[in-house]
Amino acid sequence: MAATSHAAGSDPADARASDGRAGKPVLGRDEIRRALTRIGHEILERTDGARDVVLLGIPTRGVPLARRLAAQLAQTEGVNVPCGSLDITLYRDDLRLRPARALGHTEVPDSGIDGMIVVLVDDVLYSGRTVRAALDALGDIGRPRAVQLAVLVDRGHRELPIRPDYVGKNLPTSKREAVRVLLTEVDGEDCVTLQGSQEAGR
Amino acid sequence: MNRHLISAAELSLADAVAILDTAEELARLAERPIPKLPTLRGRTVVNLFYEDSTRTRISFEAAAKRLSADVINFSAKGSSVAKGESLKDTALTLQAMGADAVVIRHSASGAPDRLAGWVRGSVINAGDGTHEHPTQALLDAFTMRRRLGRLEGLRVTIVGDVLHSRVARSNVWLLRTLGATVTLVAPPTLLPVAVDSWPCSVSYDFGSVLPDSDVVMMLRVQRERMSDAFFPSVREYSRRYGLDADRMAMLPEHAIVMHPGPMNRGVEIAAEVADSPRSTIVEQVTNGVSVRMAVLYLLLGGSREDDEPPAAAMPTPSRAMAGTEAAR
Repeated sequence: MAATSHAAGSDPADARASDGRAGKPVLGRDEIRRALTRIGHEILERTDGARDVVLLGIPTRGVPLARRLAAQLAQTEGVNVPCGSLDITLYRDDLRLRPARALGHTEVPDSGIDGMIVVLVDDVLYSGRTVRAALDALGDIGRPRAVQLAVLVDRGHRELPIRPDYVGKNLPTSKREAVRVLLTEVDGEDCVTLQGSQEAGR
Repeated sequence: MNRHLISAAELSLADAVAILDTAEELARLAERPIPKLPTLRGRTVVNLFYEDSTRTRISFEAAAKRLSADVINFSAKGSSVAKGESLKDTALTLQAMGADAVVIRHSASGAPDRLAGWVRGSVINAGDGTHEHPTQALLDAFTMRRRLGRLEGLRVTIVGDVLHSRVARSNVWLLRTLGATVTLVAPPTLLPVAVDSWPCSVSYDFGSVLPDSDVVMMLRVQRERMSDAFFPSVREYSRRYGLDADRMAMLPEHAIVMHPGPMNRGVEIAAEVADSPRSTIVEQVTNGVSVRMAVLYLLLGGSREDDEPPAAAMPTPSRAMAGTEAAR
């Protein structure tokens, strides 16, 4: 039942939209770009040149991140990686804690996911519950050969045995803090900020 | 979103659009190898049908099952108990069984509204007397939006027995909310007395409105009412208000033909029209499941006032140290 505690980190409906520009900046536009470039290279290395890879972004902000990664893979290696989105709302374990939520968009590329290496892409990894829901959703769509996880920010505090394969930035946080990711496609600018508790040393 | 869905007239634009958008996403899920979702696991939906219905009941049942809800079919037909009494007793029984939602069809207008005062769960109107049939109107609007890409500014012509039709009534109000304009076409005897107060226009000349219609919705002629002499003969009705191939040819190129079913081929709609590519009759049935899933999800998928308080009120187990370690 600790699910709501991750709200600030992984639910776009929350505070991020309201005052995302406040708080301590952690990543700027260039740092986000470099982090994604590095993740792109790591994907190429670990998947034999992105062969059989499908990128699936988790709405809201995982989707533009997945598109950026796909564009970058096309640029550096000339590979066209199928890219889509996977909404996990209907698989959440905390649906009953709040009024019914609007659904995000699910768009599975025509290639499907059977036998492919699916790379899930999200902005922030926190409790791991979103990823758990995504794994359940994937199981209803097909049977990938492998599932990997790419996140822009890993802020810790996992509540499930889930770990990322590709991380843009490890960001040790307090549970009282909130990580806000802003992306140009959604918010008009690129930045990551940390806000909330001022307690030091965490 | 309200707690109940009793009437399409009560739906706000935001709620109506939320239902249609949710249905759009759910319709895509239906194309997957496993079209089942875990979302309503542990919720109970009771289908309480006092009137005959095939497609609506099956549609609600399919929708609830695709969302993993438990479904109880309560066929109340044939009950000899006086209406008001029995409905209340039934409501108390349902409450005792812990129904999270009751889908009710009743021959008395207003029955769902009464029921809503007696049960704790959500009440969904699946047709009450000559009052409303909101999920039918929603699936009709959904079908129009899918076929024509928009609802705002659409010109919709509804033809036939408006007097007895809860489908027509729900459609008029919902389409008004969604920004479409509605014209009713019917013999004067089959229009309700208060039709002047409805947000739509009325015509008695089918042919003249056809060229200006984006959607034509044909209503069922209820042959069993022929003794009431609402019109002289089926043949005359069909000639004046039926949609045949000649009339269909008067429609604009893009226009679609709808029918809520069950249809009388050769009476209000000719077989060649019903089977033409412009007809959305089969799609309407498919879309019905998606729309009803959306309604069930939006009414039952989230928290309820009578649920236990949200976990935000509970202290979070302090495992902060273990958490930081996991961050590589």
